[in-house]
This record gives sequence, C-alpha cells and structure tokens, in this order.
Amino acid sequence: MIWNETKECMSRDQMTALQSARLVKLVDYMYHNVEFYRKKMQSVGIMPGDVKSIEDIVNLPFTTKDDLRDNYPFGLFAVPNSQIVRIHASSGTTGKATVVGYTRKDLDIWAECVARCMTMAGVTKDDVIQIAYGYGLFTGGLGAHDGAQKIGATVVPMSTGNSKKLTTMMVDFGATAIACTPSYLLHISEVLAEEGLLDQIKLKYAICGAEPWTEKMHKEIESRLNIKAFDIYGLSEVMGPGVACDCEYHRGLHVCEDHFYPEVLNSATLSPVADGETGELAFTTLTKEGIPLIRYRTKDLTSLDRTPCECGRTSARISRFKGRVDDMLIIRGVNVFPSQIEAALVEVDEVTPHYMMIVDRVNNLDTLEVQVELDQKYYTDEVRKIEALTKKIAHVIQQALGLSAKVKIVEPQSLVRSQGKAVHVIDNRKLYEN
Amino acid sequence: MFAKQLTVFIENRTGRLSEVLGVLKDHNINILSLSLADTTEFGLLRLIVNNAAQGKEALTENGFSSLLSDVSIIQIPHKSGSLRELLKVIDENGVNIEYMYGLSIESDSAYVVLKASDVEKVDKILTENGVRTISCEELANL
Repeated sequence: MIWNETKECMSRDQMTALQSARLVKLVDYMYHNVEFYRKKMQSVGIMPGDVKSIEDIVNLPFTTKDDLRDNYPFGLFAVPNSQIVRIHASSGTTGKATVVGYTRKDLDIWAECVARCMTMAGVTKDDVIQIAYGYGLFTGGLGAHDGAQKIGATVVPMSTGNSKKLTTMMVDFGATAIACTPSYLLHISEVLAEEGLLDQIKLKYAICGAEPWTEKMHKEIESRLNIKAFDIYGLSEVMGPGVACDCEYHRGLHVCEDHFYPEVLNSATLSPVADGETGELAFTTLTKEGIPLIRYRTKDLTSLDRTPCECGRTSARISRFKGRVDDMLIIRGVNVFPSQIEAALVEVDEVTPHYMMIVDRVNNLDTLEVQVELDQKYYTDEVRKIEALTKKIAHVIQQALGLSAKVKIVEPQSLVRSQGKAVHVIDNRKLYEN
Repeated sequence: MFAKQLTVFIENRTGRLSEVLGVLKDHNINILSLSLADTTEFGLLRLIVNNAAQGKEALTENGFSSLLSDVSIIQIPHKSGSLRELLKVIDENGVNIEYMYGLSIESDSAYVVLKASDVEKVDKILTENGVRTISCEELANL
C-alpha cells in the first residue's frame, strides 16, 4: 500500500521541479521572517533571488544544533507564537534543550509523513496500534500518534514504562501493530515469552525508531514475534519520526523528499558526495512554517540512493545508519551528550570533574552507569554519607538527562586521565554494523 | 581523649584490600584492629594502627586516598553488661553512634572503637564518668 502515490511515486524530474519551487519559496520566506538567516545569508552575500533551483542549495549556509542553542528558545521561529500550536524539545549538547515549534500546517504535514511511513509498514484503518514511545516533549509519542490517527487506525497511546500493562493490552485489545524503539520491542518480546503470551498476540507489524539498530536486531525482532519490522527515522529539529521509513524491500529508508530535501556531505569538505558514498546527512525543511531549517546537519552518517525501488516509490532512500559524526549517544531513545553529564556534575561539589559513562544493553534494555570520583575534601568514614551522595548525583543526572542512571563512586584518582581528547564513554552495545 | 582512625575507600575489586595492606606492611605500620563496612559497590576500610599519620602518608605516596578521623577507644571491663552500661550513658546524652568495633590489646579488659555523631561530647561524657580511653601516643607504644 502507498499512502500518497502522487508524491511518493512522482518521476525524478517532477520531484526536482517541486523541490526547486519549494526551495525558492522557502529561502524567500526565511530571509524575510528569520533574522538569524537573513544575517547569515547577507554575510555570505546571497539574496533570495540568487536561489533559482534546488541545485543552488549548495550555496546556502548550514544550520547546526548549536545555532538552535544560541537562539534558545524561539529565536529561529519564523512565525509569532500565536501561530505556534505545539512545542517539542530534545536534548541540547549542554544544559539547554533544543526547542522546536509547529504551526497547525506543520502538524498536518507531520501526520501526513508518519501516515506514509506507517502505510509503508502495512498499517491500515483496520489495525489496532499501540504507541509505546514516550508522550511528552519527546516527538516520538505524539508524532507517531497523530500519523496513526490520520490513517484511521485504532490508536492506543500506551507511552512507555509499564511493560506488563502493554503486553496484557496487546493480547486483550488484539493489537496488530506497535510503534516503539527496537530495543524496547525486544524487551517486550521477552516479557511476552515469560508470561506465555507469545501465541496469543495478533501483532503483525512494528514500526521502530528513535535509535539505531542492526540487521541482526531486525531479524531477531521479526523471528521472535513472527511479525514484520520497519525502521522509521526522524529528528525533532527536522520534524520528528516520519522523515524517512523503510518499505517491505528493506533497501534503505524512503525520505519524504517533497518535504525534506536530503543531502549527504563529505565530512571534511562539507560538499555533497555522490549517491552511494557515505557522509553526514543534512536536511532542508522545504515546507515547514514554524521553525524551517536550511541544510541542517544531523551528524548521522549514511549514504543516498535515488534509484527506483521495487515497491514503486521513487523517493530517495538513505541507507541504514553507519554511525555518528559527534559523540551523541541514544540511550533508551533519549539523546544524550557526555557534555550534559559534565555540566551536571559541576553542580556537585563532592566529586571531581572526572567521569566515565558506561553504556550497555542488559536484557535488551539500555543501561547507563556513571562513574565519578570522590573529591579528597569530602572523603568520609561513613557509608551513609557516600550513599547519600550517590543518590544526590543520580538525581542531578536524572534532572539533566531525563534518564535514570546508576551512579558509582570510585576511588579518587582512579578514572583515566587522558592526554588530549578525553574518553568519557564506553559503549558496549553493538548499534552499527561494519 | 581521642585516637586517630585511618579510613580507606576501596572499590569492590579483587586484590584491592590486599594492595592497601601491602603498602602498610612495607612501611612497618602495625594494624591493631580493623573494620570493613561493605556495600555492593565499595567498602570502607577503617583501621586502628600504631601510627595513623605515617600510615596515611605511606598510602598517599602509593596513590591511595585516605582520611584521618577522631574516634574514641574505650576500655570495657570483661564483665557481662559493661558495654551496655556505657551505651546507656551515651544514649541518655542524646548522642548517636555511627559505628563501633572491637579492639583487643590486653587480656584483662576489652576495648571498643566508637565513632559518635558528636565526638567531642562523647569524649566529655567518658571523662566525666571516669572511663579510660586510649590516646595516639599509647597506640604508638603498643
């Protein structure tokens, strides 16, 4: 099934023409509505009239997560708040969140894109779908919710955190589809097995995203639950889930290209690479009103394929992700930067600024341990004080990351001091192939 | 009067305790008593040694952090109920006991190492009640 055949199957020429027209309009819109872009364009000597087609995009400046931070919270919005109907936020590299705003039209397009993705996976109005992403500032829950609702499926807004309730309702409601992170789904499959419910579920499809996963995990999910699993991609800065999704042929993720123009950049020169070559993915939001972004660098490493797919769609596909350009981690679907831990620990006098994050996956659930050194000045002979300190640090980290971590206090001077770039993370998960 | 206790924070790793004890041995520090408070992640090794200051120095030189803290080492007669008598006096004065462990330095009577929430106050109570406590100097001569 294809949700929007006109847009998803248009010829490459038609797509290029549509993207060109939309880019020209976008550049004009941003120049006149976002001071930051106006100044940025003026500084490189580009006026709206200089952009005549999608090929001219290479002359436009990039946007980064730091630009969003520097203009926190609403500095990059192109409309007054009276036209913003929803705010979402994700982790910034330091204390400040990355904030995005949506107009009513933005939300409609978002739902349209998610509807395309879920239809790609096989979801129809006859399905009962459990949305098991977190609902809230995170785009996962509400984004998937609106898309499934647009299709007309029966939406069960589970959110996260109660696996037992989820499995019970999966059986009782006869759920046929689920949207959640792939690691959470593997965990759910274990809960189902423990409860002896595996043969009672009616699940057919899973739309998984918000974190990278390997082909091995994909196969494992499919065989354990006897379902078809699909990879959905997105990021809040660009929109949220639904920027791209893979079809039943699993030959890369189809990008909703009429709304998000993808580029893959050489990491050193930042010029676009040839299709098939790996580089950093960047998006230009062609139709967004609330917070449109030009050439937003995602820091995700992938490659592009613009050849037609067997499914009939002509949209460009991005390959399974090959890694990150920066040190961002995705833990239980939450974006985490080591610098956030660093900033949080500064508030705690009793420990030194040295820390080590150990990320692992136990029973398919991500775990985060943060090791910190006790400061000499606060050395104590009482267990109680160390335990209280452990709790205090765990609380500070929870506040900073929105994620619970196990805190381990280690001997002073025991964490490795490296020369040059410090290593703060040991990630024992296998998230990327090759 | 107070005695000095040497405390070492030790991660739960095989051989770590032995390394600490090795440093003390190499510097001729004699351990008179010890208590190891253990949790799942770490242990606090509390030591009464003949020379706590020297012990701390030796540990620091070898990369171990440690802490010197004041504790009371109290003589208790070898008689049923004598420890309880002592605690009763401390309790009546509203002082909490953080931890306590035994020390054996002579055969006629027993000793306890006691760390209270208010070390000064306990010391005063003990003096007022004529209880014998041991000083650092005495420990050094043992």
